[in-house]
Amino acid sequence: MLDEIRGALYIAKKDLKEYYLKPPTVSWGIAFPLVFAFAFMLRGWDKLWLASGLLTLSLFFGSTSMSAASIVFERRMKSFERLLLFPISYFGVAWGKSLSSFFFGLLSSIPTVAIIQLFLSISPHNPALLALCIVGSALQFSSMGVLLAFAVKDPAQAMTIFNTIRFPMIFLCDVIIPVSKLPKYLSPISLAMPLTYSVEAIRYALAGNYDIMPPQISIPITFISFFAFLYLAEVLIKRSIP
Amino acid sequence: MDAIVVENLTKYYGDLLAVNGISFSVKWGELFGFLGPNGAGKTTTVRMLCGLTRISSGEAYVAGYSPIRELKLVKKVIGLVPDTSNLYPELTCWDNLIFAGEMYGLRKEERVRRARELLEFFGLLDKKDSKFDQLSKGQKRKLTLAAALMHRPRILFLDEPTIGLDVRSRRLIWNMIRELNEDGLTIFLTTHNIYEAFNLCDRIAVINRGEIIANGSPAELKRRFSGSEVLEVSFDGKMSMEEISRIPGVIKASRSGESFMIVVSDPLSVMEEIVRKAKSKGISLNYVNLRGADAEEVFLKIIGDADA
Repeated sequence: MLDEIRGALYIAKKDLKEYYLKPPTVSWGIAFPLVFAFAFMLRGWDKLWLASGLLTLSLFFGSTSMSAASIVFERRMKSFERLLLFPISYFGVAWGKSLSSFFFGLLSSIPTVAIIQLFLSISPHNPALLALCIVGSALQFSSMGVLLAFAVKDPAQAMTIFNTIRFPMIFLCDVIIPVSKLPKYLSPISLAMPLTYSVEAIRYALAGNYDIMPPQISIPITFISFFAFLYLAEVLIKRSIP
Repeated sequence: MDAIVVENLTKYYGDLLAVNGISFSVKWGELFGFLGPNGAGKTTTVRMLCGLTRISSGEAYVAGYSPIRELKLVKKVIGLVPDTSNLYPELTCWDNLIFAGEMYGLRKEERVRRARELLEFFGLLDKKDSKFDQLSKGQKRKLTLAAALMHRPRILFLDEPTIGLDVRSRRLIWNMIRELNEDGLTIFLTTHNIYEAFNLCDRIAVINRGEIIANGSPAELKRRFSGSEVLEVSFDGKMSMEEISRIPGVIKASRSGESFMIVVSDPLSVMEEIVRKAKSKGISLNYVNLRGADAEEVFLKIIGDADA
């Protein structure tokens, strides 16, 4: 077990060294959420509502962009196979990849948090819970990114596919429009999206209220889905062995 | 138990039979060559032994461990240099080696000492801080080899180690492979380069269309299959390859500039027939030379016999 943890941490360290300045990671993981946050700041919406959505969005784009860049790039260059040669389980590999995305997600959200704080000067309802929700959300998004990166068949198309999935989520998952205000037929889709639970959890920790999902459900779901996505990623890695 | 034992190893990709029930063994300390044309099943075999490809049926033991049931133990004792130099392009040479050391669980002092030692051995110490992407093809190959040696594996798999390299880099890599083997490392080398196999290896298995068709030391293979000789002829007029190939006793014919290189089993009767054909066409022979078969011709003979 210790070997697995150590291996996963070394993979994460290597990924951060190698990919934190890659153009897709910077443009989609940092620049996009930042511009998005900046644009919405100027609209004068309810500040706590907006802040929770934007913070979650920056974690979401930061974490998933790192997985997209590191895994997809390595699959294309055949260097991903190197990881499969080391004495570490496939779960350990998925975990390592997820950790680098997690750390990058946290780091990349700092500029967005700074913008939010600069414009909105918010004091969170429950800072400790907020920290927990941020960690849970970043973990959830990182393993979701890892899973998507393995599910994509053609690495060259990865970013397009990632964005095809990510963009609708901005509008369906409580970031801008409350799920309760969406047409009824869209609710099942919103509830099937992991982003909805993170936004709801972070919103509760930040503003003390939520739209449809109480924190007793939304917070555990972020952690449960982290492990579920990791497990599925492990299955996909196994299946990728011809 | 031998370093590698393979029994009836088979691989199907869907309906395609890539490796067909091959069996062989490699002794400890041996430099074993797996020689065959492209698509023969060499890489698939290596990948099965290293756990990168599933085994359809059969058994294999690498250092006594099964890649099917004890893959983690197999991975601890092997190093693999794949046919493409696939280290991390944005990391420096140093960081690439250190990362390999970390993943094999080497302690920090050991990682640093080993990385320095390997960079020195491969003449890359001055490239320590260069990114992998900035290296030449030969240097990339050497660093990929170095990364596979970080944890002092007991068995090293080299998949086409000199593919795409210039003559100088190829010879340098050959010398390094020899040196590593002299130090006691067991090496399993796949190649389609006949000279590489015959010059480097203690023993060679020839694989074609997924089956092992010959196995022995380079000297044994030459003895066994060089019942053939090579006749080199050129004419002062036009003679087609088809006409030459049809002559009874011709094993294989190819063109080399103006000349025909003809692998023959019975040089005298083939020569008589060539002279007769030339006369009947009103042309004469410019040049004739007869010599024993070299490695390439032995290889062609082995492949030719299997295809017949």
